[in-house]
Amino acid sequence: MKGMTLIVKETTRLLAGLIFLYGIYIIIHGHLTPGGGFAGGVVVAGSFILLILAYGSDYMHLTREETGTTITENLAILIALLIALGGMAFGVKIFFSNWLPRGTVGELVSAGVIPLYNIFIGMEVAASILTIFLALLIFKEELTK
Amino acid sequence: MELALSVILVLMILGALFAIHAKDLLSAVISCSIVGYGLVICFLLLKAPDLAIVQIVVETITLVIMVAVVLDSTRQEPFTRPDPQGWVNIAAAIIIVVVLFFFLKVASGSLDHFGRGTLRMAQHYIEGAAAKTGSANLVTGVIFDFRGYDTLGEATVLVTAVLGTLAILRIKGKK
Repeated sequence: MKGMTLIVKETTRLLAGLIFLYGIYIIIHGHLTPGGGFAGGVVVAGSFILLILAYGSDYMHLTREETGTTITENLAILIALLIALGGMAFGVKIFFSNWLPRGTVGELVSAGVIPLYNIFIGMEVAASILTIFLALLIFKEELTK
Repeated sequence: MELALSVILVLMILGALFAIHAKDLLSAVISCSIVGYGLVICFLLLKAPDLAIVQIVVETITLVIMVAVVLDSTRQEPFTRPDPQGWVNIAAAIIIVVVLFFFLKVASGSLDHFGRGTLRMAQHYIEGAAAKTGSANLVTGVIFDFRGYDTLGEATVLVTAVLGTLAILRIKGKK
């Protein structure tokens, strides 16, 4: 797939970082403001998809094997499960219990394990959507080759 | 607010109907996205910004991918001959719609008026969530604490979707 025109490339170069940062902000403030792991993860994946669409897949040399996104996705869901299992080991011994100290409601570091769930679910969502997009792209490259 | 919601719902139904009958696949995809973006406005009117953020981003990414797919195809819907026994399907659809509407009418009689009052379950969530979970955003507190199993299922659905996509799209077999 070829890239787009110079205007699109320059605009994307300026905007993609901001979109990425906005996704990170939504993930990290998930327990304070609207949003969370699912919303922020999709925004982060959107910034990568925007870059790939604007610069074209030739720019990324996508023909070789791509395993980074798959490994990230599986590790993130595994760590989220381990955090949930941590509830069985500490505190009140319930799966999915909140075993870290809760702190003050409304501060950035509060709510126990909920921000950790947000971060890892966000990584998982971003990596899986990017994996599906890359799989479709590589499929097309291999078909046209 | 109910008037605005009704207008948006009628627009969404019109968009979906046009998407079925459009000749060109690109216009079908774009008119199908009317449904998604209308849903975003509905979520915002119903004061659910969490869902609205997810819906607008997912809708945009889906639209971009679908447009890329459609631009790569022939863009024309294959002609299908009208089915001689199509009236059976139409009659069955009408009967199912009437039955479902009847049950909806009966079931909604015992609910509160639209937009007023909360369910008993929701009342407990609203009262206790901030103190019990320590999360200022009630939605996050509910989905990661009270309904943790639900969220685990949603995350697993994504993993399964990726596995299915990779299994279908692999051209070369594994050595």
